[in-house]
Order: sequence, then structure tokens, then C-alpha cells
Amino acid sequence: MTVAEQLPRTAQVPSARRQKVMGSVLAFVVTLAVTLFFAFPLYWMVVTALKGDAEIFQSPPSMVPHPALWSNFERSLSQIPFWSYVRNSLLYAVFSATGACFSGALVAYGFSKVKWPGREALFFVVLITMLLPYQVTMIPTYLIFRSIGWTGTLLPLIVPAFLGNAYFIFLMRQFIRTLPDELSDSARIDGCSELRIFTAIVLPLIKPALAVVFLNQFLNAWKDFLGPLLYLNDPSQYTLSLGLQQFQSANGQEWALLMACATIFTIPLFVLFFFTQRYFVEGVTFTGIKG
Amino acid sequence: MSLMTRPPGPLNTRPMSMEARRRKKFWNSLGIGLLFIAPWLIGFLTLTLYPFFSSLYYSFTSYNILSPAKWIGLENYQKLMGDTKFMASIGNTMYYTVIAVPLGVVLAVGLALLYNQKLPGNRLFRTLMYVPLIVPPVATALLWQWIFNPQVGLLNALLAKIGIVGPTWLGDPHWSKISLIIIAQWGVGGSVLLLLAALQDVPRPLYEAAEIDGANLWHKFVHVTLPMISPVVLFIAITGIINSFQVFTEAFIVSGGEGGPVNSTLFYSLYLFQQGFRYFHMGYASAMAWLLFLAVLTVTLIVFRTSARWVIYDRS
Repeated sequence: MTVAEQLPRTAQVPSARRQKVMGSVLAFVVTLAVTLFFAFPLYWMVVTALKGDAEIFQSPPSMVPHPALWSNFERSLSQIPFWSYVRNSLLYAVFSATGACFSGALVAYGFSKVKWPGREALFFVVLITMLLPYQVTMIPTYLIFRSIGWTGTLLPLIVPAFLGNAYFIFLMRQFIRTLPDELSDSARIDGCSELRIFTAIVLPLIKPALAVVFLNQFLNAWKDFLGPLLYLNDPSQYTLSLGLQQFQSANGQEWALLMACATIFTIPLFVLFFFTQRYFVEGVTFTGIKG
Repeated sequence: MSLMTRPPGPLNTRPMSMEARRRKKFWNSLGIGLLFIAPWLIGFLTLTLYPFFSSLYYSFTSYNILSPAKWIGLENYQKLMGDTKFMASIGNTMYYTVIAVPLGVVLAVGLALLYNQKLPGNRLFRTLMYVPLIVPPVATALLWQWIFNPQVGLLNALLAKIGIVGPTWLGDPHWSKISLIIIAQWGVGGSVLLLLAALQDVPRPLYEAAEIDGANLWHKFVHVTLPMISPVVLFIAITGIINSFQVFTEAFIVSGGEGGPVNSTLFYSLYLFQQGFRYFHMGYASAMAWLLFLAVLTVTLIVFRTSARWVIYDRS
């Protein structure tokens, strides 16, 4: 989409060619600059984490820490029960992601390959619930979990994942629908039960979709703040999100330590993201919300 | 219907048994279907439908958890109308939505066009653009709070270099919402990714036909690209509005849960949380929750209705 493309073919003389190259160079520079806006804050987070107190409050700020204080990471780890937070975050993330896969696959199969009366109407209800703000049901849901004694545990955060999430059901259904009907139909003729078709034929074929759901829910749980804020009340149960917020309210001006904590908090997600990137992009294409 | 079609006389024993068989098949398939969707159905009934209606009930009560809910009719709603903090929270949320959503859509479309070009390093650029979405919101809020630091923050240092004395950002009630809107734009990469996927699907022949008709870049964008990606733009706008109505975590972190300075970041969801879980005014907070629901419902319907005019679904 450079300027040269506007010109009629016959005008593609050497000068037009040079214009085209210039256009590409300009586009590259603009893209690079824009990308920096997204990437630089993260560099800033890590750089700040490595600075000493004097350097933090230096004006103008230095772009490279000198000296780089790696000990800040140790200091921040010693000030918070880091491993306890990690354990809680992991429990929440792994179990809720497992639950999302379990319910997502089962329910999506029921909404796509099994024929039953009222299926489309109920699926419409699934879609509608996606538009319902969390806050509308937040208070009674809290009261339910409180009445069965689950507040102060990770259960109110994990168990709902086993009961299905509209977005994941939708995503999985879109994926399962692309599988050819002949597979399940021939198994049905051979006398396979629906459950057997699901576990033996469909489940192995939808591994990519399961990966997408697992990763997305893992990420959601790791990032979640409101859920832990509502349900966890003892520091021994805090997840990283809640723990970091508590650390901030106690040490608001310790920017190096706060950025060190934020960095450590973010790194596991980065590692996960860089190894599994294609699943995140596939998540977008599965849902089919692309025109 | 079946009475009319059923043949008379002794013949009707066979059709009856066929109908019985059909009925059995009906219940069988319904049973199997419901069995598969059982997890969702249980969750929907207990964690969506019941809470949905019981929050409507609580909204007509005075309830502080410790003593039983007491019916007070419309009192919560009447009190809300005279609650200046409630009104401020609506104002803040509308301000945020009206700026952040259109800005987010325009930025996302612009960035998608930019990243859609064939350039060296494209994959890396796109990855870096998406990376802010991986950062947990609590970390994002802390990081930007530091960048916005009026004395020693990065942003004001950069502004000082070009001779501008920056505001105190999150410390200034006139700039605090703008600051949060800037933070939100840092995560625009999710929308860009959706639009990039949509751009891939625009049929090339449409551009070629437009070129033959003498269309320039702008014409091609307005008459080919924009109509073809309009369903995704609609999706981004609607989810953007709903998310703006629920903005919470970043405002909670940068204001320490208070919504300051001078209630300027007291968004609707933050005030609802304060009423419900700080003061335990469960009835009052439920009334707020229901008004939020009605607002989301109204806005979504309006957007859907008006979208018929500018969203093109038929691709032929």
C-alpha cells in the first residue's frame, strides 16, 4: 500500500520505483516507532527494577541502570511471601484452566454434534450470558459461596470454571463444528454411544482448541484481581495479583522493589506466551469473529 | 394436526406405535443433549439465573449480611438519585466510555492497517504490539503509575525534553481519567489482532476492481476495507462499551481503592464494590448492579439497531 500503487502501471518509471522504496522505508520507520510505544514501558519496568534509590529519583531518568542492582529481586522476594503467592496463583490457574477445558469440550459437543430439541434456543442463552456484566450477579454469587463456607478458599474461583464459561463454550463449538459429521455418524451406525464418540473420536481431534482454552483461562486466572479481592481474606491464600496490590499499599514509594515484583509476576506469562504464541492467534481465528 | 392425518379404523395402531417411538426418541435425544450440557446448565441456573433475579430482589431490600434482608421497596433507588458520589461515578464512567471506546476503535483500525503491510520484522512487530495484553492488570497499573509519576516519571521527563511541563497525571482530577484512558490504549493489541485477521479475509479482487475504477488509497479504504471489516468493528465497539462500564482493576490500583483524587476515578464498578464489600450495603449495591444491567442492555440494543446501517454482513 505505498504511494506508487496509486499510479497507473505505465508510470512505473525508475523515479516511481524509488518513490516506492522510500514509501516502504517510511512505513517501516513509522511501524517501528509505534511498536516502541508498546514495548518500551516493559523495558522501563525491568530497568527500574534494577536501579538503586539514588538513581530512581535522578532527573532526567537514566535509560540504562548503573550499576544494575540484581539484588533488588532478592530483596523484593524476601519482603513478600512470594512462593506462597505463586503456589496459590498456580493452583487457581491450573485447576480453573482444567475445569474450563472439561466443561468447554463437553458442553460444546452437546451444542454442536448431538441433535436434540431446544438446542439452538439454549445456545442462544449461552451467547446472551456473554453480555451480562460480572457485577450484576456478583453480590448474590458472593452470598451463595459465603453461605456454604467457601469464602477464604480458592473454591469460588475454581469451581465455576468446571461449570462452563460462555466464551470458551462458543470458541470450542466453533471448532468442533468444523469436524466432518461423517466421523461421528459412522461411529453411531457402529453402535457407539455419544459419550464414547466424544471421548474416543472428538476429544483427540480438538486438542488445539483445548490448548487455546487452557492457555486463555490460565492467563485469565493469573491476571485476575477482582475474584481474589472478593473471596480471599487471609494473606496465606493471596494470589500474586492480590499480594502485589497489598505490597503496594504498604510500600507505595519503593518503586524499584515494586517494579521487581511486577517483573517477576509477569515473567511466567511471558515464557508461556512465547512458547505457545500460535495458540493465542488461533484463538482469534477459531471464534470466527472476523467478518 | 396428528388427529387430522391419522387414518381411521383398525389401521391406527401402527401409526400410534410409530408416534410413541418418535416420542421416545425425542426424550432420549433430549436426555443425551442435556447430559452433555449439564455442567453449563447447572452453572447457569445456580451462578447466573438465580443470582440475576435475587440481586433484583436484594435491590428492594436493606441487607448488611449480618441481619436478614428487609424489604424497603424503592428506597435504594430513590437514595441513589440523591447520591452525589453515585452521580459522579456515572459521570466518570460515561466520560471514560465516550473517549476510550471511539479512540480505541480508531487506533485499532489504524494500527491494523499499519501492521498489515508487508515489512521486514513484521512478526516481531506484531508480537511486541500484543505483549501488553500478557501483563497482569495489577502490574500494568503499577508500571504506568510509575511512568506517570509527576516528579521523576518517564513521561514528564520526555515532555520536559521538548519544553513541556507535564501535568501531575493521576494526581490531578482533570488528568486522572485521561491517564487511565492512555493506560487502556496500551492494550489495544487485542483489537488489532482481530482486525488483522479480518483484513486477511478481504477478497483481493475487490481492491483490483476498485483500482480499475480509479480508486485511490482513501477510496479503497472507505469503500472496500471499512465495509468488509465492519462486523469486527462492531464487535470491538460493543465489547469495548461493556468493558468500559466495568472498568475496575486499574482504577482500584492507582487510587488505592478510593477512586481519588476528588472521586475523579470513582468508576461505577468501583463505587458498587465499595458499597457492597466495604460498607456491606448489599441492597444498595444490588440496586446499582441492576441499573448497570439496564444500562448495558439499552446501549447494546441501541448499538445493534443502529449498526444495521453501517455493518455489512453479506459478503457477496
